[in-house]
Amino acid sequence: MTLRLEGVGKEFEPGVPVLADLDLTIAPGEFVCVVGASGSGKSTLLSMVAGLTSPTSGRVLLDGREVTGPGPERGLVFQTASLYPWRSVARNVAFGLESLGVPRERREEHVGRLLTEVGLAPFASALPGRLSGGQQQRVAIARALACSPRVLLLDEPFGALDVQTKEDMQLLIRQVWQDVATTVIMVTHDVEEAVFLGQRVLVLSCDPGRIARDLTVGLPTARSLEDKRSPAFLALRAEVEDLVRAEHRAHQARV
Amino acid sequence: MTGRTAAAEAGAAPEAAAPGGSRPGRRIRPLNSAVPARVAWALRALSVAGPVTAWWALSASGLVDPTFLPSPAAVWAAGTDMAASGSLWTDLGASLGRIGLGFLLAVLISVPLGFTMGALPWAQALLEPVIGLLRYLPASAFIPLLIIWLGIGEASKVALLVLGVVFFNTLMTADVVRQVPRRLLEVSATLGAGRVRVASRVVFPYALPGMIDAMRVNAAAAWNFVVVAELIAATSGLGYRITRAQRFLQTDRIFAILVVIGLIGLTIDITLRLVRARVGRWAA
Ligand SMILES: Nc1ncnc2c1ncn2[C@@H]1O[C@H](COP(=O)(O)OP(=O)(O)O)[C@@H](O)[C@H]1O
Ligand SMILES: [Mg+2]
Repeated sequence: MTLRLEGVGKEFEPGVPVLADLDLTIAPGEFVCVVGASGSGKSTLLSMVAGLTSPTSGRVLLDGREVTGPGPERGLVFQTASLYPWRSVARNVAFGLESLGVPRERREEHVGRLLTEVGLAPFASALPGRLSGGQQQRVAIARALACSPRVLLLDEPFGALDVQTKEDMQLLIRQVWQDVATTVIMVTHDVEEAVFLGQRVLVLSCDPGRIARDLTVGLPTARSLEDKRSPAFLALRAEVEDLVRAEHRAHQARV
Repeated sequence: MTGRTAAAEAGAAPEAAAPGGSRPGRRIRPLNSAVPARVAWALRALSVAGPVTAWWALSASGLVDPTFLPSPAAVWAAGTDMAASGSLWTDLGASLGRIGLGFLLAVLISVPLGFTMGALPWAQALLEPVIGLLRYLPASAFIPLLIIWLGIGEASKVALLVLGVVFFNTLMTADVVRQVPRRLLEVSATLGAGRVRVASRVVFPYALPGMIDAMRVNAAAAWNFVVVAELIAATSGLGYRITRAQRFLQTDRIFAILVVIGLIGLTIDITLRLVRARVGRWAA
């Protein structure tokens, strides 16, 4: 599913643009990471693609059709799990399928497959409160995948996890992306993560948020954690870090 | 910048520490330091045994006229007497019937209303001002009006109870419903759930434990209002029995009925706590 943003801008208060002049095309199956300072409008951008917030100007288009509201073809995962705490892991994952009216047997089979994919099959009947932060994010990812989204929107999904868990989750999301062949747009403040995961990294400027740079990550598709030490990776990471820092400085100088 | 850093460093020297400040040996404890389990149980026992002992000691000392303060033994005797004659059970049944009906009505009105207010901002804007105002009108002050409107039968007593509870429970329910995290509602929408589905499958289960908590608080008020209603105009019920006993200066009976009222209130509270604990297991 091709995602296009045409001259998208957003103001929560009139005259105070949070995002401005966003023009962007994301091809089906691309993995795009968005980095930028806190408050640069990254979450707002995802929220507009999800259809939860409407742009003040411009249009968000999916395969040429304007986005007017949320829908199951665009899955969403937040930093903190926002799971249904009274539902078991399996029933959390099943929520979207229930909404779509998928019959019970197909639902259970599909949920079982997803739990295996994210490595949570033994926890199917546990309540989310019993799980670690990383496991909760796995449930959230599986739940979003259940509706077979064409676009997966991740808003700092690993931001609250410890370093080891985070690396596990990075490998998991790469694997999921390759398995289900969906478009992924992931917001993160971790430049290393963005370069490791993305085929493309968008650097947002601040106040108003614009796309300051759109970099292509020229690393092989099959990536392992060792690649984080390769010279090509380190060079790219440094480049993105410099860009983010420059945007931050420029913003500080203006206020 | 540098000047401030230098000053901060000078201030950090041990000798220069806080004028008149903390001596090294002083222990600081957080305000909510835990109490050992055995101490906690002893305190709980004391909380009941203390006042009862004081009551017993005061009446046994002979300092107070037994007509004003009957002894625990006299109160027990009056209670068993009323139980044996059957009047206690009739009165208890009448009072429980009223709270049962009145509280049910109040819940049937306030929960849907509060839920709607909490879930839909326009309903909140429409209803909050008027209910917020009505809540401050003391329900007891409506007794004369209710008697004029509804007579002195059951209807006016049940109506008092409903009036006393419904506004509070509506606003408390609305508060609980509004606390459902926005993220959860947004995620649900992206999972294909429409507004009705989000309300029934997300907001309701999330808010249910809190709604039961609100009911528990308001059940105590409801129980008070039953007794108040019966004090004014009734021919049965625990409140009525108190006014009867007053006419004959039977303070021992009044005390016995107060004890029964307290025990029933406690039972209602514990029951709703258990329901809450069961429904809200996931929140623990
Ligand atoms: N619902 C909202 N109402 C008003 N202002 C908002 C709202 N959501 C975000 N903002 C503002 O928009 C700016 C960008 O926010 P956000 O998209 O959350 O940034 P980021 O995710 O990059 O940290 C912030 O200044 C924030 O205060
Ligand atoms: Mg954000």
